[in-house]
Amino acid sequence: MFMLKLIVRNALRHRLRTGLTVIGLLVAVLAFGLLQTVVDAWYAGAQAASNARLITRNAISLVFPLPLNYEARIRGIQGVTSVARSSWFGGVYQSPKNFFAQFAVTPNYLDLYPEFVLSDAERQAWLRDRKGCLVGRQLADLYGFKVGDVLPLRGTIFPGTWEFVVRGIFEGSDAGKITRQMMFHWDYLNETLRKSARQRADQVGIYIVGIEHADSAPSIARAIDATFRNSLAETLTETEQAFQLGFIAMSNEIIAAIRIVSYVVIVIIMAVMANTMAMSARERTAEYATLKTLGFRPGFIALLIVGESAAICALGGGLAIAAMPHAASAFKHFAGTYFPIFEVSNLTLALQAACALAIALAAAIVPAVRAGRVRIVEGLRAIG
Amino acid sequence: MDEAEPFIIIRRLFKAYRRGGQIVPVLNDISLEVAAGEFTALMGPSGSGKSTLLNLIAGIDKPDSGELRVGGIDITALSESELADWRARHIGFVFQFYNLMPVLTAFENVELPLLLTRLSRAQRRERVGLTLAIVGLDDRKAHYPSELSGGQQQRVAIARAVVTDPALLVADEPTGDLDRVSASEVLALLRRLNDELGTTILMVTHDVHAARSARRLVHLEKGELSTEPIQLRD
Ligand SMILES: Nc1ncnc2c1ncn2[C@@H]1O[C@H](COP(=O)(O)OP(=O)(O)OP(=O)(O)O)[C@@H](O)[C@H]1O
Ligand SMILES: [Mg+2]
Repeated sequence: MFMLKLIVRNALRHRLRTGLTVIGLLVAVLAFGLLQTVVDAWYAGAQAASNARLITRNAISLVFPLPLNYEARIRGIQGVTSVARSSWFGGVYQSPKNFFAQFAVTPNYLDLYPEFVLSDAERQAWLRDRKGCLVGRQLADLYGFKVGDVLPLRGTIFPGTWEFVVRGIFEGSDAGKITRQMMFHWDYLNETLRKSARQRADQVGIYIVGIEHADSAPSIARAIDATFRNSLAETLTETEQAFQLGFIAMSNEIIAAIRIVSYVVIVIIMAVMANTMAMSARERTAEYATLKTLGFRPGFIALLIVGESAAICALGGGLAIAAMPHAASAFKHFAGTYFPIFEVSNLTLALQAACALAIALAAAIVPAVRAGRVRIVEGLRAIG
Repeated sequence: MDEAEPFIIIRRLFKAYRRGGQIVPVLNDISLEVAAGEFTALMGPSGSGKSTLLNLIAGIDKPDSGELRVGGIDITALSESELADWRARHIGFVFQFYNLMPVLTAFENVELPLLLTRLSRAQRRERVGLTLAIVGLDDRKAHYPSELSGGQQQRVAIARAVVTDPALLVADEPTGDLDRVSASEVLALLRRLNDELGTTILMVTHDVHAARSARRLVHLEKGELSTEPIQLRD
């Protein structure tokens, strides 16, 4: 088709200019996609969380623990089937860069997390070893942990060097489950604290509460919090999912910033692209006037400009979308510690395509309208 | 169109430009008639309004007042889009600087106006081939304008102007940018088109030599026409 020929040849007229613009588009749309995926990764943890478990924490802040004697009182509440303890350990493995979650937990923790699958033999081996620990498959693969290995952690919240022996490696019940954490005996932590830091002993980071029916979660949560109202440490109980989202909410500003940056990148490339199109259209004023003289309508001229813009954006955006899987895996390689689930969603790809289209239209609209409107005699005078 | 009616009828035509707050009159009460098949040269000093008059007749600009009929049609009454269609069907344009599309080959440039017709691809190719042969460039079909000399480019532009077989060909200083030899070739070509195809031609020129190719000379000075036709060649 003649029009297509004109559009493509016009786009290739200034190869350097078009090339640089395509590279700019590629980088911008790619950056946009990666930033969107970072946001997705952030929420992925919460989506994996369950509604059938309640988390009871200190109402003031996660940083403050709850007394150990709350456990029995929570267990006494109607509808509660089991209560597990969990304390955030926050140790450093070799270097702070090697971040992963470590929890001191009671053995019944595993019963509350059926998504962590552990063989009976390994479970027994862990229960027998006071200093034993469990690591998730993803974590084990990352650092090459094997059963029997000693895993040393430098405590930050609980000072000292702690040594654990890997007694089992648990798998995720399905591929989407994150198994990037380490668990060890809460009793071991507590006994050590009783000896070294008495005032910090007998405290629990959070209680994980198993309930009979997920439907009764709200009423049980209210009952738990009512039990401890007006006591020294008031509680806040919510479903695990709400808890995770709340955890993320603490970083809401960061997420918002990432989102804003991703769109700012698009706006910037929009301006660059608009400049490219305006420059090209201005240089071709006399050509457009000639076409109009021959009887071509303003709509034809506008289509030439929009088409050229769309062709350039399709190339840049298309390359970016094609490069996404590679870019994502490279990103995961460098920053995977913080984003165990880093997967490019179809929505992100669709958003990238939409951005490329929006850039194409936004960049072309003004030059297209202007070129369509310019009076022929003025346009013809634009010749050198 | 009435046999007896002149092809171009201009009566009491006025055109002024607004520059800043000022109104600059360019054409003042112009009247002119051109018969079908005539080859008219329009001469006059720079700034006298030759291009302006040509543009009005060709329907790419609008007069302020007056009568302007071309081929029996009152073109002052046409809308922008009606004018565009009218130009595509009836007018061929030749410019001083050729105004070819640099990204299109000679062949494609000549094909361009035919895209606005109902001709099939095969019919278009045939027409373009024929027209390029008439201007003597059928061996340069695949060349881009940048690969052609000025004279060759102007001949491609003339091919583009006549490929639709227009009733009127307007040329604004078609030899203004050419050397003597190329200019002669272009003028000979225009004369042939006028003689053999009967195309009415209106040509603005500064060059007396160029004006000699025409059958009639019209002089424009300070917005006024010297109306008496001058016989230039037999
Ligand atoms: N778009 C415009 N705006 C303002 N003034 C204009 C415009 N076009 C032409 N003029 C003025 O109108 C007058 C006639 O211009 P025109 O181009 O018709 O002259 P011309 O006879 O073709 O001159 P030349 O031989 O130099 O081409 C000039 O004074 C010019 O400055
Ligand atoms: Mg002029």
